[in-house]
Amino acid sequence: MTTVALKPATMAQALTRALRDAMAADPAVHVMGEDVGALGGVFRVTDGLAEEFGEDRCTDTPLAEAGILGTAVGMAMYGLRPVVEMQFDAFAYPAFEQLISHVARMRNRTRGAMPLPITIRVPYGGGIGGVEHHSDSSEAYYMATPGLHVVTPATVADAYGLLRAAIASDDPVVFLEPKRLYWSKDSWNPEDPGPVEPIGRAVVRRPGRSATLITYGPSVPVCLEAAEAARAEGWDLEVVDLRSLVPFDDDTVAASVRRTGRAVVVHESGGFGGPGGEIAARVTERCFHYLQAPVLRVAGFDIPYPPPMLERHHLPGVDRILDAVERLQWEAES
Amino acid sequence: MTVMEQRGAYRPTPPPAWQPRTDPAPLLPDSRPYRVLGTETAAQADPTLLRRLYAELVRGRRYNAQATALTKQGRLAVYPSSTGQEACEVAAALVLEERDWLFPSYRDTLAAVARGLDPVQALTLLRGDWHTGYDPHEHRVAPLCTPLATQLPHAVGLAHAARLKGDDVVALALVGDGGTSEGDFHEALNFAAVWQAPVVFLVQNNGFAISVPLAKQTAAPSLAHKAVGYGMPGRLVDGNDAAAVHEVLGDAVAHARAGGGPTLVEAVTYRIDAHTNADDATRYRGDAEVETWRAHDPIALLEHELTERGLLDEDGIQAARDAAEAMAADLRERMNQDPELDPMDLFAHVYAEPTPQLREQQDRLRAELEAGAEADADADAEGTGR
Repeated sequence: MTTVALKPATMAQALTRALRDAMAADPAVHVMGEDVGALGGVFRVTDGLAEEFGEDRCTDTPLAEAGILGTAVGMAMYGLRPVVEMQFDAFAYPAFEQLISHVARMRNRTRGAMPLPITIRVPYGGGIGGVEHHSDSSEAYYMATPGLHVVTPATVADAYGLLRAAIASDDPVVFLEPKRLYWSKDSWNPEDPGPVEPIGRAVVRRPGRSATLITYGPSVPVCLEAAEAARAEGWDLEVVDLRSLVPFDDDTVAASVRRTGRAVVVHESGGFGGPGGEIAARVTERCFHYLQAPVLRVAGFDIPYPPPMLERHHLPGVDRILDAVERLQWEAES
Repeated sequence: MTVMEQRGAYRPTPPPAWQPRTDPAPLLPDSRPYRVLGTETAAQADPTLLRRLYAELVRGRRYNAQATALTKQGRLAVYPSSTGQEACEVAAALVLEERDWLFPSYRDTLAAVARGLDPVQALTLLRGDWHTGYDPHEHRVAPLCTPLATQLPHAVGLAHAARLKGDDVVALALVGDGGTSEGDFHEALNFAAVWQAPVVFLVQNNGFAISVPLAKQTAAPSLAHKAVGYGMPGRLVDGNDAAAVHEVLGDAVAHARAGGGPTLVEAVTYRIDAHTNADDATRYRGDAEVETWRAHDPIALLEHELTERGLLDEDGIQAARDAAEAMAADLRERMNQDPELDPMDLFAHVYAEPTPQLREQQDRLRAELEAGAEADADADAEGTGR
C-alpha cells in the first residue's frame, strides 16, 4: 500500500486541473473567453492551457460576452463542448439573451435533437474588495431560467469534481465560482483528484443536532465558522452545502431539517426574490410538522452591491448568522 | 530619472509608425445594387439554373399565399410572409451544398423549404404545436429564430467549429434590415472577421422593421457598408433579381469555402405584405410605394428574361404553376388535420434527465389529465357527455 502525501492546493488550481484533464480526455472540449490565453484568465484559472493545447483549444475571444456565448452555441451545434469563461459575474449580463433564449432552451425547442453541452464559468460573489460590478451574486437570475443547471463548489475537491461533471454534462451548466474561495487551500492530491461528483447532490459538511444552516458557495466556510462559534452558546449546528442549486437536492435538505427541526438559509445574494425564499418554501412544504420555528434567511441586503470599503456590513457574517439562530424560538425547548 | 528631469536631453519624437490594418478599398460595396436580369450579363447566366430559380420562385410565392390563407382560417397562429422577397429566400437555399448550414430567421420558412425541409414541419413554429418541428441536422437548417440577429453568432460559431475540425462547410445566416441594429449583429460580424470564419451574412433589406423604415434604423451609406468596419467585404445586390442574388451569394460562399473569410451581402428588396397577418401596413406606408415595388417583381423579372430568350414558354410557365398548386394542395390537406398533441411532451426535453422537481410537476399534470379523463368517462356513462 502506498500513501500519497496530500499537499495543500487552492480552488483555482483544482479548477485549472479539471479544465486540463477534461481537455486531455476529450478533443471536443474548447475553452474560450476574454484573456484566457496568454494571460491565463484574470484569476489564472486557465493558466497554461493555451500553451499546452494550442490557441484553437483555448481561445482569446473579442471582448463581447453575447458573442462569446453565441458563438459557443454554434460550436456546440457542431459537436464541440465549449467551456466559456465570463470574466466577472456582472460582466456576464450582456450574454443573458443568448443564455435565456437559446442556451437554456435549444434542447427543448428541438425536441431533444440539439442539446447544447456548454459550461459557463462565472466568478461570482463579493468579499475580495472589488470595485463596482465585480462582486454580484447573480445565481437567482440563472436559477429562474428552466433548462440550465446551476452549480457552485465550496471546497477544493468539489471544484474539481463538479467542474468535470459540468463539462461532461449534455446540458448547459452555469458553473459559479466563488471568487473569494479561489485562493482557499485544502489538502488535495491532483494525481488522485477524487470522484466526478454527480450534479444535484447536496452534502452535509458538518453534522449537528440543534439546527441546520443551508448554504452554498462562498457562504459555506462562513457557516462552518459560525457553527464552531455556536458551540459556545450550546448549539450544535448542522451545515448543508447545496453544491447544486438546479437541480435542487430536496431529499438531503429535508432529511437534515427533519432531524434538527430548525433551519436558517444563508447566502450573499439579496433576500428579496433570492434563492433563500425558494429554499425556505421548499423546506416548509416538506418539513412543516417537524419545524420548531419559521425558516429564517440570512442574506445580503436588498441593495446594489456596496463599495468595497462597506461590503463587510453587507455580507452575511458569523454574528448575523448566530443572531438568526438565536431567533429560532428556543424558549419552546425549556 | 523622469522625463521632466531629463529635459535637456529630451527630444520629442513622432508617434510610432501607423498604417491601416487592411486596405478598405476592396471591401467597399458597389455604388448601386448589382443586377443581372435585364442587363448584358444575363446572357452568361446558366439557363438550367435560371429555370430552376424560376420554378422555386413560383412555388415560393404560392407557399406564402397558402400559409397566409391558412393563418386567416386559424390553422396557423401567425405567418410572417416573404412575398416579394422570394428571390433572396430561394437563392440562399440553392447556393448551398448539402453539407452547408442555413441559419434562418422567423421570416425565412421559404428558404428552409427550398433547402428541402418538409413544408409542414417548417410551419410547426407558426402553427404552434411545438417550437421547432424538425431535426436541424437533417437538412442542416438551424431552428427558425425569433429573437432578432441572435442566430448570427450561432452561424459564426458553427462555421468556426467546422473549420477547426477541418470540414469543408460554410454557414449562411439570414437577417433583416431591422436586425442589423441589434448588438448580436455587430458581435457576430466582428467574431466572424477576427476568426476568418467561413460564413456569409445575407441582409434582406425589405425596407421595414415591422413599421419602422430604414431611415430610422441606420445612418450608414448602405447596410453593406457596415462590412468595412469589420474588415470584411460588403456586397450590394438587387434582392429581387434572383440571378444576381444567386451569383453574389455564390461568390461569397466560394470565397468562404476557399478560406477567404466572411462576407456581408445586402439584398435590396421589399416586403410586399404586412409584417404578419396581425399587422396593418396602411398605417405606415402608402400604396404608391408598394406599387412601385410590385412593378419590380422577382418572378416577373425572371419570367421576362427567360421568355425573351426563349428559355421558357407557356407550357413551362404552366408546369411551374401546376407544381406550385400541387404543393399548395398537399400543404392545405396536411395542415387541415389537427396536429397530435401530448401534454406530457412539455417535460420531455427540458433536460437530458428530468430534475426531481420536474418529475413532481410531471406527475401533477399526469394526475390532472387522468382526473379529467375519468370525469369525461363518468359524464359519458351518465349520458351527459360534454
